[in-house]
Amino acid sequence: MNVRAPAIDSAFRQATRAFALLVLLLIAGIFASLVAGSWPAIGKFGWGFLFSEAWNPVTEEFGALAPIYGTLVTSLIALLIAVPVSFGIALFITELAPVWIKRPLGIAVELLAAIPSIIYGMWGLLVFAPFLSRHIQPWITAHVQGVPVLETLFTGPPMGIGMFTAGIILAVMIVPFIASVMRDVFEVVPPVLKESAYAMGSTTWEVVWNVVLPYTKVGVTGGVMLGLGRALGETMAVTFVIGNAHRLSASLFMPGNTIASALANEFTEADGELYTASLIELALLLFFITVIVLAIAKLFLLRLKGREGKGT
Amino acid sequence: MLRRFAIAALVGGMMASAGSAAAQETITGAGATFPYPIYSKWASAYQKETGIQMNYQSIGSGGGIKQIKAKTVDFGASDAPLTKEELDEAGLIQWPQIMGGEVLTFNLDGIAPGGLKLDGPTIADIYLGKITKWNDPAIATLNPDVDLPNTLITVVHRSDGSGTTFIFTHYLSQVSDEWKQQVGFNKAVAWPAGVGGKGNEGVAAYVKQIPGAIGYVEYAYAMENKLAYADMINSAGSVVEPTSEAFQAAAANADWANAPGYYLILTDQPGEASWPITGASFILMHKTQADPATALRVLEFFDWSFANGDDMAGELAYVPIPDSVVELIHEEWKADLKAEAGSPIWKQ
Repeated sequence: MNVRAPAIDSAFRQATRAFALLVLLLIAGIFASLVAGSWPAIGKFGWGFLFSEAWNPVTEEFGALAPIYGTLVTSLIALLIAVPVSFGIALFITELAPVWIKRPLGIAVELLAAIPSIIYGMWGLLVFAPFLSRHIQPWITAHVQGVPVLETLFTGPPMGIGMFTAGIILAVMIVPFIASVMRDVFEVVPPVLKESAYAMGSTTWEVVWNVVLPYTKVGVTGGVMLGLGRALGETMAVTFVIGNAHRLSASLFMPGNTIASALANEFTEADGELYTASLIELALLLFFITVIVLAIAKLFLLRLKGREGKGT
Repeated sequence: MLRRFAIAALVGGMMASAGSAAAQETITGAGATFPYPIYSKWASAYQKETGIQMNYQSIGSGGGIKQIKAKTVDFGASDAPLTKEELDEAGLIQWPQIMGGEVLTFNLDGIAPGGLKLDGPTIADIYLGKITKWNDPAIATLNPDVDLPNTLITVVHRSDGSGTTFIFTHYLSQVSDEWKQQVGFNKAVAWPAGVGGKGNEGVAAYVKQIPGAIGYVEYAYAMENKLAYADMINSAGSVVEPTSEAFQAAAANADWANAPGYYLILTDQPGEASWPITGASFILMHKTQADPATALRVLEFFDWSFANGDDMAGELAYVPIPDSVVELIHEEWKADLKAEAGSPIWKQ
């Protein structure tokens, strides 16, 4: 046994603790500098910043409602599409696929995750948007006519760009993240659990729903959160296809804006203290939204845990 | 396309610098993106001739103004001029270095470049969202020979803050009171209608893809990419095509001599041949220079560009500053740029 082991252990512990603290320090630093940077805007607009749709650099009136709305709506669309699809991909790879196709499929999913976001943006603008405007949007608009709610969501000229397109592009971008996390956690489910369920005569769906998912719910939620985090903060791809208009529209086919794309668009040329401060306050809001989303996810997991063993 | 030129110029500059001695004089500047291609082209040619290296960072006009105020660069560049009061407050002088024009590009089946005529009030109403169809009587009266379709107009504007937007919205404020009161002019405004594309290329891509779209881009960009553009009816009531001559006519009619601090925006200039949406890009320097040698190097570079850069500007579809204005600028340098001891830096 090494006589210096305790010293080395202690040094190692100190080092890792320092790294861990560094993360906290970084977050505190980011938070503090965002608050300091946005202080003029906070002082001027107060809570009204959250509920105002105005964004007028000429008269220096700013409000965050349109970008907050755009950020949440596009991320929601992305999750609605990406979660079921990723679930299917992960399920197929781990449970159903023949062995020879598992590996290529897994690699393909990981490759999708490695594509830079600007490529998705350019593809979205130059290939996907024209396709959407020519074939998909007119079809949807024609088929939802007279249906309440849906009719309002899917009206407007078929431009091919807007919040709907941005949501779909985001979905494509986050599928690989969610799918590979789901696949990894599905693979750690002990085979004996699944085999017991099969032995009881369960269908594949029953095994997945009642055995695999409950066993992996923490990991699955983590994967979904990872995807959501990416969707909330994605910048370039969204900027290309969302239409960048500071306006609230009920229709998903209309142009909108997200916090990240507003920052990317306007930060370089923002002059005047209030304009810059308002943009930094937008960044602060994105920070809060992310924290709130993570907190909700944690609470959700805690509630699930509390119900454990009580039967569902 | 402009960006490709810029890269070519940059690479050229790098190769030149690799060839010459490591220790050499450099001048640094930062600011507007609109003149970046021509500044880097000039810089590369200037370095070949003199060995002096000019580093220009195209971080945007707002950034350029901030950097020169903080004195981290030798000169700043802005597409929007500062007012005389702003200049005095910061102790800066400015002068116009290069000019360019903007055109409206559109996407209408069967209508060729130059096949459409527009005037200022009509464009303002389109961008206000008041004219929504291409066959609106306001457009039809300007184009009696054109078969205008019953298509919705989709307005495309810049989503990023931009000197291009500053010049365009300034023009609309000149020609429409309603625009002036409702929207005003700046590098970014609260657009009443439409979608925003990032950069000239973003606007062009949206216009190409959305049938019935209209957008404004720099002339150089439109020319390189062969976009369909509209002819304009200027303040004298005559129809003009976007050409270097028309931009120069607008610049020649501009009254630089009587514009305090060169605060002059070249939109809606008088004259039969003037292109109405023309703009200049400006250089900013501190009036009092702690390092007169560097300041002189900056002035020498821009003087060399005035004297030798016109052809290069023409190749990139920019418009050089007329010689009469260059003389005024020389006077300004002599009168207002001083070393800390009070002696003028520019003595020629």
